[in-house]
Amino acid sequence: MARAAASRRSFLGHSYNLVGVVASLVILAWTLVAIFAPYIIPHSIGDIVDDDYFGPMRQGLWLGSDYLGRDMLSRVLMGARYTVGISLAAVSIACFSGVVLGMLAAVTGGWFDTCLSRFLDAMNSIPSKLFGLVVVAAVGSSIPVLILTLAVIYIPGAYRFARALAVNINTMDFMTVARVRGESTAYLIGSEILPNIIRPVLADFGLRFVFIVLLLSGLSFLGLGLQPPLADWGALVRENIGGLPFAAPAVVVPSLAIASLTISVNLLIDNLPQKIRDRDA
Amino acid sequence: MKSGVLNLVVKRLGIAVVTLLIVLFAVFFATSMLPGDTASILLGQAATPEAVAGLREAMHLNDPAILRFLRWLFGLLHGDLGTSYANDMPVAALIGGRLLNTMKLAGITTLISVPLALTLGITAAMLRGSLYDRAVTVLSIGVISVPEFMVATLAVLLFAVYLRWLPALSSVNEAHSLTDLVRIYAMPVITLTFVISAQMIRMTRAAVIETLSTPYVEMALLKGASRSRMVLRHALPNALGPIVNAVALSLSYLVGGVIIVETIFNYPGIAKLMVDAVATRDLPLIQSCAMIFCLGYLLLITAADIVAIMSNPRLR
Repeated sequence: MARAAASRRSFLGHSYNLVGVVASLVILAWTLVAIFAPYIIPHSIGDIVDDDYFGPMRQGLWLGSDYLGRDMLSRVLMGARYTVGISLAAVSIACFSGVVLGMLAAVTGGWFDTCLSRFLDAMNSIPSKLFGLVVVAAVGSSIPVLILTLAVIYIPGAYRFARALAVNINTMDFMTVARVRGESTAYLIGSEILPNIIRPVLADFGLRFVFIVLLLSGLSFLGLGLQPPLADWGALVRENIGGLPFAAPAVVVPSLAIASLTISVNLLIDNLPQKIRDRDA
Repeated sequence: MKSGVLNLVVKRLGIAVVTLLIVLFAVFFATSMLPGDTASILLGQAATPEAVAGLREAMHLNDPAILRFLRWLFGLLHGDLGTSYANDMPVAALIGGRLLNTMKLAGITTLISVPLALTLGITAAMLRGSLYDRAVTVLSIGVISVPEFMVATLAVLLFAVYLRWLPALSSVNEAHSLTDLVRIYAMPVITLTFVISAQMIRMTRAAVIETLSTPYVEMALLKGASRSRMVLRHALPNALGPIVNAVALSLSYLVGGVIIVETIFNYPGIAKLMVDAVATRDLPLIQSCAMIFCLGYLLLITAADIVAIMSNPRLR
């Protein structure tokens, strides 16, 4: 405990510990890669640059080559774009809808709350991977479909979380006062409830982002996510799985990329200052 | 007093039944949205429009969706799962053996992971803050943070590529002796055990730690009870409910896990059957497999909730 306290630094009024700082640097790095990938890749992702397939790491091909002899470094960097981009879009839709509906249900109560909660709980009883599998089978796989499917799968969780927090806030005196003043529902959820639950909701946003990255990678790994020639990290593992018996970097590196991102987000949230993470708000 | 618990349990079971209906409805409609006309897919490109229309009529595809749903539901209640489009066999016959294989896989995994995870979770909670606790926590966070297929590929790299102990692929048909059996099940079971145990360890540890912070445990500490007596006699009996709840919840992760594990290891279970059915767009097969998965998942999370209700002393 003493060691943890010693490694804390003060920054912007909050204290962060070392693990949290390293984790946020990794996340920042992947975000930059996702934004600038097309400008920093050394080779075009479709170019076959190696005579050998599943080539080892060497100068010029820093991460070896894939099953067709394409540059693995470029493909992983571009893969970041799809994995991070799609997951971020999906988690934004999921959390926005879930949180708005959750606050609305808490403020409105009554039939609206009961029906919505029952329905979303039922949605929650469909295993996420199965849901993704069935939807992708039904409407085919494209980036918009993936984003929407992933968002829909995680709306119930975000809803449940936000509603539980908002119900607590709803019983506070200032809510009664605001109601007596005759404020609109939009004002109640936007100006009274949201500021009080925003910090735990943001922590939940991060956790849900990890779930979505994992599910997207899983779907892509099954061949149901991003379709060739596009490839996110999960798809990169899938297409290079033939290199597994030789422990080729082409199959190891995308896996490590996923792990570095998801573990960093988890560690960052675990190491957030208690004030931000506190779920009772 | 007893009737309060009974009421809650009956209510929870009622909710489960309603949920099951909603889920069945959702599965049916998601699969009904499959693009392309089933009849023309079945008959191929050379089919005449009359033949397609005839088959549509014979398969009741022209009926309203709600009627088809009710007919499907009625069939389910009679144990009739329909006929596979791809090879014209009854779905029940296709699923039977596969389901048994998956149950075996899930059963073996449960038998190994539950004692393992409970031991690790409880001991980690007892030695909270120690190096051992930190190692267990970091390892379980690590496993939870990575996709299942990565755990599987790492297991293959370690046991099949570097150590050469086990084959990378499994095929149940070749089992003749005990060693064969071990070699077949080892890889999928190891992977699933890792995935399930990590969840279970975290939840068990959290449940025990929560109980350890209650006033009566503090009382036990103050009266001078030893650490192990404090945990085993005072905390554990009260943490039993949350722990069983955690076990049931973690086991529901098996549903997602087997889909990946059966695909990567080519294990002839029901998840592999379903992934293949998605590829061939075999509607009745997808519906039945999805239904079985949802049913298993629902059973586990309902069981978890009911255990939580029953173990709450305030309701007794």
